[in-house]
Amino acid sequence: MTATDPQMRLLIIEDDRESADYLVKAFREVGYIADLAGDGEEGLALADTGDYDVLVIDRMLPKRDGLSLIGSLREKGNRTPALILSALGQVDDRIKGLRAGGDDYLPKPYSFAELLARVEVLSRRHGGPAEETTYRVGDLELDRLSHRVARGKDELTLQPREFRLLEYLMKHAGQVVTRTMLLENVWDYHFDPQTNVIDVHISRLRSKIDKGFERPLLHTIRGAGYMIRDGIR
Amino acid sequence: MTAFGKLVRTTAFRLTLVYLFLFALFAASLLGFFAWNTRRLITEQITTTVNAEIGEIADIYARRGLHGLVITIENRALRPGANLYLVTTPAGMAVAGNVGSLAAGVMGTSGWSETAYRRLDDQDTADHRALVRVTELSSGFRLLVGRDLEERRRLLGIVAKAAQWSLLIVVVLGLGGGVFVARRVLYRIDAMTGTTQRIMAGDLSGRLPVGRSGDELDRLAENLNAMLERIEALMMGLKEVSDNIAHDLKTPLTRLRNRAEDALAKSSNEAEYRAALERTIEESDGLIRTFNALLMIARAESGQARDNMDDFDAAAVANGIHELYEPLAEDDGMTLRVKTMPAPLHGNRELISQALANLVENAIKYGKPAPAAQPLGADAVAGAAKEIMIEAQRDGDRVLLSVTDHGPGIPVADRGHAVERFVRLEASRTQPGSGLGLSLASAVATLHGGELRLGDAEPGLRATLALPALVGDVGDRLAAQLPDVSQKVA
Repeated sequence: MTATDPQMRLLIIEDDRESADYLVKAFREVGYIADLAGDGEEGLALADTGDYDVLVIDRMLPKRDGLSLIGSLREKGNRTPALILSALGQVDDRIKGLRAGGDDYLPKPYSFAELLARVEVLSRRHGGPAEETTYRVGDLELDRLSHRVARGKDELTLQPREFRLLEYLMKHAGQVVTRTMLLENVWDYHFDPQTNVIDVHISRLRSKIDKGFERPLLHTIRGAGYMIRDGIR
Repeated sequence: MTAFGKLVRTTAFRLTLVYLFLFALFAASLLGFFAWNTRRLITEQITTTVNAEIGEIADIYARRGLHGLVITIENRALRPGANLYLVTTPAGMAVAGNVGSLAAGVMGTSGWSETAYRRLDDQDTADHRALVRVTELSSGFRLLVGRDLEERRRLLGIVAKAAQWSLLIVVVLGLGGGVFVARRVLYRIDAMTGTTQRIMAGDLSGRLPVGRSGDELDRLAENLNAMLERIEALMMGLKEVSDNIAHDLKTPLTRLRNRAEDALAKSSNEAEYRAALERTIEESDGLIRTFNALLMIARAESGQARDNMDDFDAAAVANGIHELYEPLAEDDGMTLRVKTMPAPLHGNRELISQALANLVENAIKYGKPAPAAQPLGADAVAGAAKEIMIEAQRDGDRVLLSVTDHGPGIPVADRGHAVERFVRLEASRTQPGSGLGLSLASAVATLHGGELRLGDAEPGLRATLALPALVGDVGDRLAAQLPDVSQKVA
């Protein structure tokens, strides 16, 4: 897990000292520059400078709550991607958060791996290249227009959902993608299945794209999720 | 506040006062009009009589001279209840009549006047009043004819008395009625207030008294009672949730703590620590899931999730869930099938999807045929038994989303019980799961005004979410838009 170069700048707006310190420490360990704001006003002032790649904002903050903070940023035309952390994890709260201008929503308690994966995806989206029509990872190629997938010279036949799954993974090639992210983005469900339903879909996909090839491309990242990438890093 | 003060402050009493005033005003004006009209009538009658008599007498005087006049006057004056007559000479000397004395100057002016007078034969010395007309006859003689006003005065007296009495009666009855009505209302309001105070003090089982009259207060009490019913149910739900959280979350928390303690005390190398930590994370993830499910159930049950409802086709939900779980079922050696027809409904798509997902997960977990029930070598039977069917259909005004398995099913006696929170039937204790799947499905169904039905698939369980269908134009349009998913058998 590495941050994209040059160093990613992150602003964490969280009033609980212990969680905030933990986040700052954890993000610095993976090579981010992480700043901290302890309340909504301070957070707004810092975010306003526009120096950050991603904002991680707690929903309930002293002085100014997270949603209104994002609202006023967006009003000023500041489009820095914002991820909302909230103890309110229900579907309608989530929708409220995204409507207020947030780009992603993560209910507490969350795992750091999940947060990191989402932050990386957000930053890529923010500064990344325009949507490509063809994704390539190693010798695997996916054409988004003709819906053709090929590995080397072999044409692969994928079910529509397998195609969307692979498309999402390849769009974020080199980044960890968690099971919840897959469920949200590929299936558009925001609940939490009690079973390993995503793993089964992944293993089916894997058997189609990796089986019989020397170099596996679809990797399982323990305790986090999956990543598609070429080579060993 | 004194009891009287409270009474006087009631709306009923104040209204009574207003009505009382209005009625009194009405009675007074009625009597006033009556009195005024009577007086006018009597006066009119007097003037007509007097005018006629003056005409007659003047006629007699013209024909028969002074002598005839005097005789006529004396005759008329002697009749019982006679009018007043007086004839004077040009010098003012009385010639004939029954008037003893008059107010000064009356005889001197011609025309109508009201005057005090005394009759010649009066015994008392009191003055009477009369309405008189004086005319001058030819040759300077003056004639007075008039009528006593006693009658008019008496009549007005009667009216005045009636006015007094009626006013008194209006006031007494009005005040009495007001007090009665106000006390009655006050009594009922006090009963309500007492109950509400008891309820506020914590006794949620209290209900307001409802009378039999069906009046506005009864309707109010009925509505308040319905509200209390709802509040009590919500409170009970909340209490149940907190009790369950306390009871069933403490067990895994204790387990978590014990493991951590154990690892700290006994682990000697990194691998053991790592394994212990991984188990800890796993366990806490499970706890978080349970917690989320509980919150979701509470939310669905309290009706908070009513936002974010829209119109959609249950067939699409069934197909989506089938698509998501089909590989998992296959991995478990089962076949997941789906059969749908257009079934439009209005609701929270996410919650309904989750409810259906829970039913499918249950079917995958518990829906395998019991090994003993499977005859050896009966492959065909086993094939059918390993099938799980998701169905979306429209049945009249209901949309039925059902999941049928061919496992051991749930005994009839246990079905009601199975929906409760944290209940895990004997057969399922060894399987992972929080025991909240069916409760969530049931809460979601209730939220949408439907129900969760657990039926027998002989053998197996048929769990059905019966939800109100979307009827009318929207439903038909939605059904027409989605013909591609209808009658699809995967």
